[in-house]
Amino acid sequence: MPAITVRVNGLEVTKEVGARTLLSTFIREQLKLTGTHVGCDTSQCGACVVTLDGKTVKSCAVFAWEADGADIGTIEGLADGDKMHPMQEAFREHHGLQCGFCTPGMVMTAVSLVENNPDIDEDGIRHGLEGNICRCTGYQNIIDAVKTGAKAMRG
Amino acid sequence: MYDFGIKNPTSIDDVKAALGDAEDGQFLAGGQTLIPVLKQRLAMPSDLISLSRVDGLSGITAGGDSISIKAMTRHAEVAANADIKSAIPALAKLAGGIGDPHVRNRGTIGGSVANNDPAADYPAAVLGLGATVITNEREIDADNFFTGMFDTALNEGELITEISFPIPEAVGYIKFPNPATRYALVGVMVAKFGNTVRVAVTGAGPCVFRVPEMEQALTASFSPDSIKDGLVPADDLNNDIHASREYRAHLIGVLARRAVAEANG
Ligand SMILES: Cc1cc2nc3c(=O)[nH]c(=O)nc-3n(C[C@H](O)[C@H](O)[C@H](O)COP(=O)(O)OP(=O)(O)OC[C@H]3O[C@@H](n4cnc5c(N)ncnc54)[C@H](O)[C@@H]3O)c2cc1C
Ligand code: FES
Ligand code: FES
Repeated sequence: MPAITVRVNGLEVTKEVGARTLLSTFIREQLKLTGTHVGCDTSQCGACVVTLDGKTVKSCAVFAWEADGADIGTIEGLADGDKMHPMQEAFREHHGLQCGFCTPGMVMTAVSLVENNPDIDEDGIRHGLEGNICRCTGYQNIIDAVKTGAKAMRG
Repeated sequence: MYDFGIKNPTSIDDVKAALGDAEDGQFLAGGQTLIPVLKQRLAMPSDLISLSRVDGLSGITAGGDSISIKAMTRHAEVAANADIKSAIPALAKLAGGIGDPHVRNRGTIGGSVANNDPAADYPAAVLGLGATVITNEREIDADNFFTGMFDTALNEGELITEISFPIPEAVGYIKFPNPATRYALVGVMVAKFGNTVRVAVTGAGPCVFRVPEMEQALTASFSPDSIKDGLVPADDLNNDIHASREYRAHLIGVLARRAVAEANG
């Protein structure tokens, strides 16, 4: 089994992983960071989105060993202690979730969209969320949340 | 997933050696197609030969009359590249319309072209622009590369290293995306080089194809009105839950006209 060293939310860890271990499995079962959700395990839903060297990826479609040496960001890394990230706060304010299953992937994606394009408009948000499926909200409140979150992130 | 060994070569020579050492090795590029295939146990390679750490297999080089994209270049990089945006804007647009941001951050041009999914976008660009597929063994013209559904002219173990796209005078790409996956229900690329026009259609048939009747009509007059309905018969087109073959035949004409309009600015 290969040993990999990654930095997860700023902390370095070294662990042995199997060849078939997905990044999502590594994060949830070996690191016990269960905020990253597995909705479909078939690359469709985006619940498992994390950042890999700053870019959003579906962690169910990356092998853990491919991440050796990389920086990984998960939903647990967003809040500052008890203070939620502005995007998380905006999802709460706008009721951008119901069951919450899609939410970690939605929030990780939204933060990345705004970081890459601080002035993102509604069209950009809608296209940017094409890889994230929500079965509850009907999306409208998610779009509203991302708009507010973007504004708050711009400061 | 069946179990497999892992090889992480760092040079193109090492890739060859790794392949030689493996009983039945398979390249892993962005994994956006291969990992789901492995999960479904539709492939059982003895080893995955990861291309991610191979030196010199990623990047974009713009020359005077062509742009070369290395095999491991991710879709997101092609979509954002300034040289491609200005010289072959439809190619940047095509890459930016693949799947979703997460797929574009991992998926690569080499993986997409090697896979030759009947509904994939890049094959339309490679064939429509008459690109050259460069491998560790030879150079293959687009017209000889795509040989059938999920089938290409690549030999067993042959590695795509880069794809060279000639810069056209005018170009347009329009697709009707499947609303769930964004794969092309039908996608049409039209490119004009002096007196030559190429039209390539993806998503509609079992493999990307050219439409000589449209090419001739557009060579005579490069305008949307030159494209008459019914130039591509429905008989051999795909017929599935997403669209009937008649609807796909209709879309080819509509999208081709829009692609010409886009090319004309
Ligand atoms: C949700 C989703 C939506 C998608 N939507 C679209 C879409 O709208 N349009 C579209 O075109 N595609 C779409 N795709 C497919 C995506 O573009 C893939 O990235 C692409 O088809 C395969 O590229 P890859 O780098 O991930 O290759 P991999 O999955 O790693 O490999 C694919 C195949 O190519 C072989 N291979 C890889 N690199 C090379 C090489 N350099 N030389 C020789 N053989 C090689 C591998 O061995 C494997 O057989 C989608 C995928 C997903 C998961
Ligand atoms: S669990 Fe990864 S995309 Fe659904
Ligand atoms: S809140 Fe339930 S899936 Fe999105």
